[in-house]
Amino acid sequence: MKKASIIMIIGSLLLLGLFKFPLWNIMLGAPQYPDPLGMNIYIDGIKGVSEFDLQNIDGLNHYIGMKTIPKADEMWEFSMFPKVIFGMALLGIIIGILGFLDKVSYKYFLGWFILMSVLGILGMYDFNNWLVDYGGNLDPHAIIKVTNPDGSPMSYKPPLIGFKKLLNFDVTSLPHTGGYLMFVGMSLTLVAFWLGRKISVKKTT
Amino acid sequence: MKNIITSSIAILVILIGFTSCNKGNNSGGKSGALASNVAERVYVAPGEYDSHYAFLSGGYSGNVTVYGLPSGRMFKEIPVFSQFPTSGYGYSEETKPMLNTSHGFIPWGDAHHPDISQSKGELDGRWLFINENNTPRIARLSLTTFETEEIIEVPNSAGNHSSSFVTENTEYVVAGTRFSVPIPQRDMPIKDYKGNFQGALSFISVAPETGNMDIKFQILMPGFNYDLSHPGRGKSHGWFFFTTYNTEEASTLLEVNASQNDKDFIAAINWKKIEDYVNNGGGTMMPANYAHNVYDEETHTATSTMKKEVRVVNPIDVPGAVYFIPTPKSPHGCDVDPSGEYIVGNGKLSANLTVHSFTKMLDAIEKEKFAGEAYGIPILNFEDVLAGVVEQPGLGPLHTEFDGKGYAYTTFFISSEVVKWKIGTWEVIDRKPTYYSVGHLTIPGGNSGKPQGKYMFAMNKITKDRYLPTGPEMEHSAQLYDISGDKMELLLDFPTHGEPHYAAAMEASIIKEQSQKIYKLADNKHPYAAKSDADTKVVREGKEVHIYLTTIRSHFSPDNIEGIKVGDKVYFHVTNLEQDFDVPHGFAVIGQNNSELLVMPGQTKTSVWEPKQVGVWPFYCTDFCSALHQEMQGYIRVSAANSDTPIKWSLGEDIE
Ligand SMILES: [Cu+2]
Repeated sequence: MKKASIIMIIGSLLLLGLFKFPLWNIMLGAPQYPDPLGMNIYIDGIKGVSEFDLQNIDGLNHYIGMKTIPKADEMWEFSMFPKVIFGMALLGIIIGILGFLDKVSYKYFLGWFILMSVLGILGMYDFNNWLVDYGGNLDPHAIIKVTNPDGSPMSYKPPLIGFKKLLNFDVTSLPHTGGYLMFVGMSLTLVAFWLGRKISVKKTT
Repeated sequence: MKNIITSSIAILVILIGFTSCNKGNNSGGKSGALASNVAERVYVAPGEYDSHYAFLSGGYSGNVTVYGLPSGRMFKEIPVFSQFPTSGYGYSEETKPMLNTSHGFIPWGDAHHPDISQSKGELDGRWLFINENNTPRIARLSLTTFETEEIIEVPNSAGNHSSSFVTENTEYVVAGTRFSVPIPQRDMPIKDYKGNFQGALSFISVAPETGNMDIKFQILMPGFNYDLSHPGRGKSHGWFFFTTYNTEEASTLLEVNASQNDKDFIAAINWKKIEDYVNNGGGTMMPANYAHNVYDEETHTATSTMKKEVRVVNPIDVPGAVYFIPTPKSPHGCDVDPSGEYIVGNGKLSANLTVHSFTKMLDAIEKEKFAGEAYGIPILNFEDVLAGVVEQPGLGPLHTEFDGKGYAYTTFFISSEVVKWKIGTWEVIDRKPTYYSVGHLTIPGGNSGKPQGKYMFAMNKITKDRYLPTGPEMEHSAQLYDISGDKMELLLDFPTHGEPHYAAAMEASIIKEQSQKIYKLADNKHPYAAKSDADTKVVREGKEVHIYLTTIRSHFSPDNIEGIKVGDKVYFHVTNLEQDFDVPHGFAVIGQNNSELLVMPGQTKTSVWEPKQVGVWPFYCTDFCSALHQEMQGYIRVSAANSDTPIKWSLGEDIE
């Protein structure tokens, strides 16, 4: 159980990587942008991959009537996410310490994982909603209006994950370092649960 | 029977013709696959980069052109001494001061010899220096921004030809005068030239960090013509060599009168000795008047300062600093090999190439073996200094470059060829024709201690029959040779712009990596910059109106301006808000009598417009910047001089 608790603590600590590294990354490449433009999504705001990428993405997007990329203070998520991540990391560490001291059972590890997964899915859902709004809620006075074959206005929503072709741009959306650290951390808490369970099953038999 | 004989002879002739044709195609005498792929060796596929940058002087265009090697593609023309409507250089308010001189605003120049800055004898790719021959000036270009950053006028000088070569750590760039003149200038009979005219050799110091130039001292030499020059390097670092002609000091019909002496001189200058002398207070300050023009990258603005004195040194006051080496008849080129031991002085009227030895020179100086003196300057014996002679290599030798592998390459103007010869044995290794009348040649790094001897290109004065004709005049041609083998191979002909007098070239890597992509708007300290649409405004100050304008794809802000009157002097201060590589915006307004502007991302440039007629006049973006470039336009309303139309401006709304 001590080993499992330590893994639980390490797993929870890995969430804190999100305070340094981006959660997600979206890259936009096109023939006239051999060095693609890109944005890194952090839990507390969006930054360009290179210094002027956001300004240049906004500059291009104004042709199709997209809103500018939100500043940190323009979305409640960017003040909420850091609190949630910090809270979850703290909670995980406390559970881990209590597990170490045999004050709580390994089942709490799973409980933490389920709670984190629910919050994560909610986060992804929220992120996707923002992408839908960002890519589809266009200025009616947009300079360029492109319609789908059925006549509906084209959406410029970047993919939640993976690759998509948007007009002349190749858009790739993938987790970044912070995101991977979080996934690894969450997996570790699951490992902690599994290990805790194995040990306790051994004890009882 | 007779017919059969005739036809077989004819066939034979045709066959011989064919074989020799084939030989001709296999240039360089090589055969097989290697010889047939000349086109491939200069072909740079779409999206790929050339391996070398070449900076060619534009001669009488006053500018510098940038080429890629081996493709021979021209990438850019950098304005230096001439106004340039493409970018507004010399027309915009910010760059007009760059062309200021003691003779006033001079919007043209005769650019001759570019040289890349060096560190420890190797090209470092920081700056390019180039001289202006006609109104003596030296310019410094940044190889980060590819812009002219500084121009210094050279007083007491005329025909600034033996320039602008740099010492091995860019301590100095020199400006030697081709024409000797009265110093200080004064009204005097031309026939009194001899003994009264003097030649100034100017040593311009270069600040190691900023590159800022300052005339440290001028050596006032006898009244010869100082034609070309070259710094010592390696063992001869600390010395500078200048070829002279007209040691006869003739002042008329020089074609004949300056060709009387069997030998002219190479002036050998120990600049370190003179530098010491000057650092210890030697030399005298002489009144002068010359412009020093500096472009500030943060304010995007040049300022011109008139300097009022210059330090001059009389060579006989510094014993042991200046010597004359006799060199056959009217030498032109003056080239020093990468080791610094050999000084090649090409007597352009001599059939042979003369090579002097630096070691022998020092030895002769130490033993005080002098043949005489001229104006108090010791003359060495020709034989004492001679390292060797390349016998009868061609007609009219001009310039020599080195490949770093022990070979030298000399151009021959009269016989239109490049001759490869071996340093030390003085034997001719190879010769290749040029088309036609070659002046300078360039090997990347060939002007440094570390040549990059893969390519060599010759710059020719005559082009006829090489390309499709373009009327009586054609652009000059350059010819690229592969010099990596024993024999030179002609790879490519390419046209150049202006007169490609001389060129400096180097491997692309350093320059490519440091090349600047934008100007940061945050660092823009132009006094009239508008860094966002919120900063845009129109301000009247008496009869002057200052318009703070911004550009971004695809609009001007403001695009509606009213309240201008006939007789106003209208300053359009255009700031390009873009922060994206290669997205300039242009600006032009109807009836403008200077030029359009091309404003780089993050930059501010100013154009003056003096409306002469009442009306509503358009202005627009001249650089196709985006899908809606055509819509990037605005109007400016001009009212009568006595009207009371108030100043107003707007974007995206009706003027109230
Ligand atoms: Cu434009």
